Amino acid sequence: MAEIELNGVTKAYPNGVVALQKVDLKVADREFLVVVGPSGCGKSTLLRLIAGLETLSGGHVLIGGRDVTRLEPAQRDIAMVFQNYALYPHMNVYNNMAYGLRNRKTPKPEIDRRVRETACILGLETMLERKPRQLSGGQRQRVAMGRAIVRSPAAFLFDEPLSNLDAKLRVQMRGEIKRLQRRLGTTGVYVTHDQAEAMTMGDQLAVLRDGRIEQKGSPLEIYRRPATAFVGGFIGSPAMNFLDGRIEEGGRKLRVAEMFSIVLPGAGLPEQEGRNLTVGIRPEHFKINGNAASVELPVELVEPLGGQTLIEVLFGKKIVTVSLDGAIAIKSGDRIPLSVDPAQLHLFSLENEVRLDCIAA
Amino acid sequence: MVEHRPWLTFIAHAVLIFGAFILAFPLWVAFVASTQSAVSFNQIPMSLLPGGHFIENYSAVLTRGVASAGAVPVVTMLMNSLIMAMMIAVGKIAISLLSAYAIVYFRFPFRKTIFWLIFITLMLPVEVRILPTYGVVASLGMLNSYAGLSIPLIASATATFLFRQYFLTVPEELLEAARLDGAGPWRFFRDILIPLSRTNIAALFVILFIYGWNQYLWPLLVTTDPNYYTIVMGIQRMVTVADATPQWQLVMATVILALLPPVIVVVGMQRLFIRGLVEIEK
Repeated sequence: MAEIELNGVTKAYPNGVVALQKVDLKVADREFLVVVGPSGCGKSTLLRLIAGLETLSGGHVLIGGRDVTRLEPAQRDIAMVFQNYALYPHMNVYNNMAYGLRNRKTPKPEIDRRVRETACILGLETMLERKPRQLSGGQRQRVAMGRAIVRSPAAFLFDEPLSNLDAKLRVQMRGEIKRLQRRLGTTGVYVTHDQAEAMTMGDQLAVLRDGRIEQKGSPLEIYRRPATAFVGGFIGSPAMNFLDGRIEEGGRKLRVAEMFSIVLPGAGLPEQEGRNLTVGIRPEHFKINGNAASVELPVELVEPLGGQTLIEVLFGKKIVTVSLDGAIAIKSGDRIPLSVDPAQLHLFSLENEVRLDCIAA
Repeated sequence: MVEHRPWLTFIAHAVLIFGAFILAFPLWVAFVASTQSAVSFNQIPMSLLPGGHFIENYSAVLTRGVASAGAVPVVTMLMNSLIMAMMIAVGKIAISLLSAYAIVYFRFPFRKTIFWLIFITLMLPVEVRILPTYGVVASLGMLNSYAGLSIPLIASATATFLFRQYFLTVPEELLEAARLDGAGPWRFFRDILIPLSRTNIAALFVILFIYGWNQYLWPLLVTTDPNYYTIVMGIQRMVTVADATPQWQLVMATVILALLPPVIVVVGMQRLFIRGLVEIEK
């Protein structure tokens, strides 16, 4: 049980690429932090730095209050689950799990007890004698988890462990990993590019972009109040729509894409009077047949998913995705009246993409 | 590919039988010759059925040797060849495993240069460097010794290169997982890399054992003491006798005996070799 702390962690590669820049991050004891971001944002590097598989260019890593910056991976009391599982192909499941304990000179009966206990937790009791190639993807995943659990480390690190599984298994393992982490109460850091995994699994979420932490918070906090346009666009599925907007009438009103105006909540944004900004609207926040402020828009494409229907409408020159209840019958070519609750708008500055909040009345 | 055309099957089998015949017939002739007496050997045409001197000829070469060739029993020469071939095969595998491990997994100055230096020596066969090597071995006093027979042939660029190529295909995550599991460089090498290279090692052992067994020029140069004669050069000594007819029936018996150990190695290792190929794992 331990908390993980990163202080000003920087990683620059010899070829000049800066993967991480002064990242400060804290994972509380027993917390499950999901680090999410597009490929190449430095999230895997972050994990590998915590694991000790790469050396830092600057800053410190603390695990359980102990500075481990200069320690070997094995001395950090952490366990990692790799994307391709990295099981030892020539060892059976039992030995795969026991290998780390043997290297730590754990007594034999103790190893046996812990391996069998872990196998029991993961439902692998009948597979201990099998080699990794005789296992299915989900079972290999479990063995990789087992190899981590069996050592009862201070923290688990997961590097996109579900991306090699098919969609159905991924959803199932997602829940399993989460339950397991809760049950064992071990601190965890989980790296993924999948926003659904990020939302469902994390106690806390850190959105990473170009080697910087863009926002950290609980999944719902981030969903409801994205700190930047990037976070807004990255978290939530289908992705947030971005439109051009302008603040008018002393900050009280927002003109969207020169198509219609919305009265902002509270006192609006008086400081932004007359300025252009980015308006973010989530597909699920559009309403059909809303209030008087609705606009009629032509439907370009209908994608029924059953429970909900995704439609693409032409908003001026832009295509906007709208998510509606699946019961509503719409076909392409229809014109539908759409409106948005002003409280559900996300406004971002044009210059630095930072969120702008309306002033309370 | 499954095709049902009778004449195609017929031709395929005819070609195979013909090929097998070409390979096997000389061996049969050698075996038949080794069972003849000196007199019956020289009859023309020689019988193609085994004669009655099998035990006599074989016990002669195994225990007494051929007088004109220094009278070394074939058993001694077989043993010498076996020791040399084993030292070469095991030594080559050990050294090339270690050097490939160093080149692939460790960062040190001039790593690339060293790799290319090793690689370039591929272009220098034993025959090219044989005189300087002889000079070195002679000055070190290693003539007429097992060390002199095998050590100069142990360094192997080919095997190093093959192991390097194999190590490069081993996923990096395995190394990282092992590091997290508390395995140092030596443990990773012993517990993970070597077991994974098992099939490569088996294949190389077969090739290198035969390479060592078939060495001819080098043993001829560095051994003057008959007690260190190897079988392949020993056969040559039996044939080039002055002022006498070579005793061909004895030479043929020696040839058949010289053939056996490589065949045993190939047949024995083949099972492991094929099992390894079937178990390809990534």
